Amino acid sequence: MGFNLACYFSLFAVIVLVLVPFVGAAAGWHVIFGIVIPYLAGFIFLAGLIYRIVKWARTPVPYRIPTTCGQNRSLPWIRRSLRDKLENPENTIHVIGRMALEVLFFRSLFRNLRTELRPWREYPEGGRLLYWSTKWLWIGAIAFHYSFLVVLSRHLKFFTEPVPFFVPFVESVDSFFQIYVPAVYMSGIVLLAALIYLLVRRIADPKLHYLSLAADYFPLFLILGIGISGVLMRYFFKVDIVAVKQLAVALVTFHPTVPEGIGVIFYIHLFLVSTLLAYFPSSKLVHMAGIFFSMTRNMAGNNRAIRHINPWEYPVRVFSYMDQENMFRKQMKAAGIPLEKDTEE
Amino acid sequence: MPEVPKPEELMKIDYRPPERPWMETKPEFRGGRFCNAASPKWLEALDYPYARTWSVTDEDWNLPENWKDIVLESMHDRLNRFRSLRLFFDICVRCGACADKCHYFIGSGDPKNMPVLRAELLRSVYRRYYTVAGKLLGKLAGARELTEDVLKEWFYYLYQCTECRRCSVFCPYGIDMAELTILGRELLSSVGINTEWVMASVGSCYRTGNHIGAPPHAYKDMIDFFCDECEEVTGIRPRPSFNRKGAEILFVAPSGDYFADPGTYTFMGYLLLFEYLDLDYTISGYASEGGNFGYFISHEMGKRLNYKIYSEAKRLGVKWILGGECGHMWRVLNQYMDTWNGPADFLEEPVSPITDTRFENAKSTKMVHVTEFTADLIKHGKLKLDKSRNDHIVLTYHDSCNPARAMGLFEEPRYIMRNVCNNFYEMPQNTIRESTFCCGSGSGLNADELLEVRMRGGLPRANAVRYVHEKHGVNHLGCICAIDRAVLPPLLEYWGLDVEITGIHEMVANALVFPGEKKKTVDLRDRTLKGVEPEEIEEEE
Ligand code: HEM
Ligand code: SF4
Ligand code: SF4
Repeated sequence: MGFNLACYFSLFAVIVLVLVPFVGAAAGWHVIFGIVIPYLAGFIFLAGLIYRIVKWARTPVPYRIPTTCGQNRSLPWIRRSLRDKLENPENTIHVIGRMALEVLFFRSLFRNLRTELRPWREYPEGGRLLYWSTKWLWIGAIAFHYSFLVVLSRHLKFFTEPVPFFVPFVESVDSFFQIYVPAVYMSGIVLLAALIYLLVRRIADPKLHYLSLAADYFPLFLILGIGISGVLMRYFFKVDIVAVKQLAVALVTFHPTVPEGIGVIFYIHLFLVSTLLAYFPSSKLVHMAGIFFSMTRNMAGNNRAIRHINPWEYPVRVFSYMDQENMFRKQMKAAGIPLEKDTEE
Repeated sequence: MPEVPKPEELMKIDYRPPERPWMETKPEFRGGRFCNAASPKWLEALDYPYARTWSVTDEDWNLPENWKDIVLESMHDRLNRFRSLRLFFDICVRCGACADKCHYFIGSGDPKNMPVLRAELLRSVYRRYYTVAGKLLGKLAGARELTEDVLKEWFYYLYQCTECRRCSVFCPYGIDMAELTILGRELLSSVGINTEWVMASVGSCYRTGNHIGAPPHAYKDMIDFFCDECEEVTGIRPRPSFNRKGAEILFVAPSGDYFADPGTYTFMGYLLLFEYLDLDYTISGYASEGGNFGYFISHEMGKRLNYKIYSEAKRLGVKWILGGECGHMWRVLNQYMDTWNGPADFLEEPVSPITDTRFENAKSTKMVHVTEFTADLIKHGKLKLDKSRNDHIVLTYHDSCNPARAMGLFEEPRYIMRNVCNNFYEMPQNTIRESTFCCGSGSGLNADELLEVRMRGGLPRANAVRYVHEKHGVNHLGCICAIDRAVLPPLLEYWGLDVEITGIHEMVANALVFPGEKKKTVDLRDRTLKGVEPEEIEEEE
């Protein structure tokens, strides 16, 4: 399959991205990999994301087109359950509820079904369609995103002094099943497992493989690379945590310095993260911000009660009633249809 | 009409994608799988650009010299006017959740009928011209040059999408392929690529008032004919008025309901119901079309046709508007009309003259769905109904895409059905309500020449009907859409299902007990009611 290329290319790209800092850090370019590139990446991330958001926000939403997935508000005695209100919101509060469900719980993905065409002898056409509830993608997606969030929030301890109150709490929950020293964080393991699931799924499902682009494999390999380098750093090739924190705090307080003696593996980790940041705004990862703008979800289904205004609506050519009457006056009169202008009177 | 493979043949669907990547495959314009090109006369009548004679199967589509610039310019323009276009291009993660939700993919196995790939057909061009990665990396970034082949591919697949929005229900970001199809068809129209079926309907509607091209006097004739029919089977003659100023309500039905069976029975149903209520309403020969095929080629054309409804309501001086049973008609009325042609400040907030119910949900648009109107009547006990008159009917209900996913009209028709019929069974849960399956022929795809695509797209619906037919002996399928009433009979016939299609108001009229009426022995279709002995019929005659 030609598009295996997309998968191999992405893997290859990430390997290169690992080698670059490996060589660079060994050559002693710590300022570049520890300061310049992270700042650059951070800048691209922020500027790029803002650019995207502004671009979306400035493009008008001409029509109110929510996808309604529940009973709408109509007659007072027609019951609208909480589910209806959340799936077919009639006001801002409902919309917030709907959006919260989408963003926090991936509500729509939870609906997922698997369609199967099964041979069925009882039916003359010989087949029957079955729709199975399937939650695997939802589970994988939730596991991936939430473990990513937890891992991210744990990293706050490197950037902050004093560390915010919730970080130790997250950490202690995360390492609840403490067996080894250092404490093993579940989030890291879940993150890697979920990524591998998402990757395998993309390769193994022929439909998905067929439609996937390099832009779909690349983020998975990249985040996998980040995760693996992080795990290696924590459990295997220990790095000087004090020095890392020094560098991190220096970065966020804009007094950049590079302490000596941080292992190469750290620079690999940091470079991959920088790549992710820089890549983010121009990739599909902007779904993080885009989901909030989705007009089929964030608009209330109260179309007939409240008029939606399109800023660029323009007058169009029409065929008026009089145009029609002028065209058919005689026949209309013969048929006894009332006229505006009876020319024969 | 092109040959369609037999159902058993058609069922052999191969869901394995081909070896070659999708950018390297081209559609094959085989009979039954594409709509014919629009003839220039319709485009000229509508001032639509690039009217010319061309044929889909020709190598050369006779495009204007600078077609590529025009299409790209049109895309650019829409990217700046529709946030949906830009956003839906940007945020798809190709998770594939939408892939097997489309009835055309289910029925054909063609990977480009997966909504996500259908969108990629357009998105790949967006990438090439609007993203840095696309410009630099080309194919590797999923970008491709706009070529005539790409344009032809758009035509093929954008006319294999019924704008049903099922994919948008399942997408985690609500990406709506219907929106992309609408805008994609606009791009095609910008270089004169339109289908005959849609353009003929639009062109006719523009001048005569409706898709079937019936001028006012012909429409009135048809209604008179329905009145005769009503009188013949029920003994009651409705007395509708036509283009009457000062009526309280303007009633607008889709032309499908007065064009052919079984839609006509629904129309008779409306007439009888309104007669029963002695409703102060009128029907217009100018706003004689509820449906709107214009919406299937562009927002602008949709607006041009839709204009008639408000302008006629204003001319006639009615208080509010009542709309018949139709699917995409209600998407337009619900989600577009007010924005396009409102505000309707010359109308009043709709109030039912029979029950005094205020339709607050329609307080701005001032247009009420006839099932809302009737459900309210039943709730207030204003209709004397004899359910047993529908005992020969075992009913299921097909949620039409648009009232379901662009409105949320689920309970009103069900409430009515339960009150007029004793035997009602739902189809499987994942095939109804917001997960409902399209009839396979919506959005201007009900052309005869597209038969194979339609039969394939209708497979999930037909298969769900099969289920209730076998399990509960369902012999009628109720719906609130004129397209359904036109296309489901051939669909179910193709799939070998002995199930009739009925509008909800046909069922209402069957059950309606008029004061002092003659004993009913037949339904609106002149079929003998259950429990009626043959002698009884003879006695009457
Ligand atoms: C508001 C925040 C976010 C929401 C609601 C969200 C939601 C989703 C959903 C519903 C999916 C589809 C399911 C799947 O394929 O896993 C998805 C996919 C994905 N998300 Fe997010 N996401 C968010 C933020 C992020 C962030 C910050 C990242 C990473 C850096 C990210 C990376 C990904 C990736 C890589 C995929 C594709 C997975 C695949 O290839 O199958 N997301 N996201
Ligand atoms: S479900 Fe949505 S995000 Fe996923 S592939 Fe389909 S359109 Fe893209
Ligand atoms: S709108 Fe309907 S027909 Fe079109 S791609 Fe989506 S599911 Fe398929």
